[in-house]
Amino acid sequence: MKRTAIALAALIGSGTFVSAETVTPDNVVMDEYGSIEASLTGVAGDPAAGAEVMSSRGLGNCVACHQVSALSAAFQGNVGPSLDGAADRWEEAQLRGIVSNAKMTFPDSVMPSFYKTSGFIRPGNAFTGKAAEGALEPLLTAQQIEDVVAYLATLKE
Amino acid sequence: MTTTKLLKTAGLVAVLAYASSASAQDDSQLVINGEIEMITEVATQDYIGGLKTAYSGWRFRNSDMQAMQLDDFENPAAIAVDEGLASWSKVDGSEGKSCASCHEDLEASMAGVRAVYPKWNEEAGAVMTLASQINNCRTEQMGAEAWKYDGTEMTGMEAVISLQSRGMPVNVAVDGPAHDAWLKGEEIYYTRYGQLELSCANCHEDNADNYIRADHLSQGQINGFPAFRLKTGGLVQVQNRFKGCIRDTRAETFKPGSEEFVALELYVASRGNGLSVEAPSVRP
Ligand code: HEC
Ligand code: HEC
Ligand code: HEC
Repeated sequence: MKRTAIALAALIGSGTFVSAETVTPDNVVMDEYGSIEASLTGVAGDPAAGAEVMSSRGLGNCVACHQVSALSAAFQGNVGPSLDGAADRWEEAQLRGIVSNAKMTFPDSVMPSFYKTSGFIRPGNAFTGKAAEGALEPLLTAQQIEDVVAYLATLKE
Repeated sequence: MTTTKLLKTAGLVAVLAYASSASAQDDSQLVINGEIEMITEVATQDYIGGLKTAYSGWRFRNSDMQAMQLDDFENPAAIAVDEGLASWSKVDGSEGKSCASCHEDLEASMAGVRAVYPKWNEEAGAVMTLASQINNCRTEQMGAEAWKYDGTEMTGMEAVISLQSRGMPVNVAVDGPAHDAWLKGEEIYYTRYGQLELSCANCHEDNADNYIRADHLSQGQINGFPAFRLKTGGLVQVQNRFKGCIRDTRAETFKPGSEEFVALELYVASRGNGLSVEAPSVRP
């Protein structure tokens, strides 16, 4: 369905159809409870890629704070709750909201905002300790957020 | 202490870092060389709102790492301490003086000093850390060049001076003329820096004793500084440690020696008022 839409958009060109475009961090539409209804990319998330993002230190490194039984990553932390059964507790839109900007669901959470690029105090240039230069990239790309959401949706008990 | 010993110690690093999960914060007693009894747990002062009991970082380490601090012959910081000791009586600068020329006996003149630093200095009209006081003596008294604030010479000298206060309770003053700096340090402690938006308190107050990936979070106390870090195989200056923690939040750090870090050092020291000076400690 989505794929057809994209193909059609490409065929017809701009104007008639809105092509599936990536939503930038500043244009995310979030409801008052912190949920994000619409996909950030229009491209279905890949759960396997999401599992990789969650385990890898250089990407989401969610296991630094969360324990996930289905992931084999070593040394899973316990700063946040276990994510086992997360899909039983949250709808997809809620999960997308939590992963993008958890502070809108859990005020003052220590969980970083993975899809946000402004409002920081002394933002750095990655882990160099130096000041950031130019516009910041979000911690995860829109598609990585979708991949993570797709993986979280598999965490049912 | 011999080089062989140090190398052996370095070999342990890998083993220790991944040793079976560290004993959760236990009630072990730290008695160094079988005689110096250390206070590793103490009620905090009322002005520390978010923390009722202060625990030394030693209490969060696994038993193998804890053991390295029990006996000075096992403590890998010994080499750096020896170097600090040598530089105490080394002449340097235009005045032809060493620290010993004025302060004479290290033990007698420096006992208790580390326990009360950072401290307000009337003449400078500012809070001074042990490191800034040492550099002040170098430039003003000896006509020598300032040492790099968190460099090897400075850290070694701080270690040997701190050793003269080992076992004494940390007792920094937070009121009087130091109060403004203390307040500034408190504000920094609770500010969520960087793209990860994490404050010192998020990790060391809200989550002390939790694990962040493989790291067992302590309260980030500084009674053990300078500390020998097994990860880097060297003695680490306290503000260098601050810098590393802020950098890890994807933030622009402050510089060692900056007004911000001096204020932060005073505030963090006061969170551990009453803990024994433990430097040089052994840490992951
Ligand atoms: C610095 C620690 C930290 C990191 C890193 C982190 N989280 Fe969280 N997360 C938390 C905490 C703490 C909570 C609990 C909510 C709160 O703050 O009250 C939480 C809550 C959640 C929840 C809701 C919990 C539930 O009921 O199932 C989800 C889902 C979640 N996080 C997903 C993620 C994902 C996915 C990542 C990586 C992209 C991640 N987190 C990274 C700390 C973290
Ligand atoms: C020419 C004399 C002289 C030399 C040399 C000298 N100092 Fe000092 N030092 C002083 C004086 C005088 C004070 C006290 C006045 C002050 O606070 O500045 C002092 C204070 C100190 C203090 C603070 C003590 C306290 O009780 O607060 C420390 C620490 C210190 N010196 C370390 C050193 C070290 C380390 C060296 C060598 C690198 C050194 N000094 C070299 C004269 C000297
Ligand atoms: C993302 C979490 C995190 C944040 C934020 C953080 N630290 Fe740390 N810090 C650590 C970890 C992990 C360690 C190593 C384990 C331990 O001792 O807690 C550590 C260690 C320390 C230590 C060494 C303690 C010892 O006994 O060896 C000090 C001191 C320290 N931190 C101070 C600070 C200060 C000050 C800040 C704020 C500027 C800060 N930290 C922010 C994670 C953090």
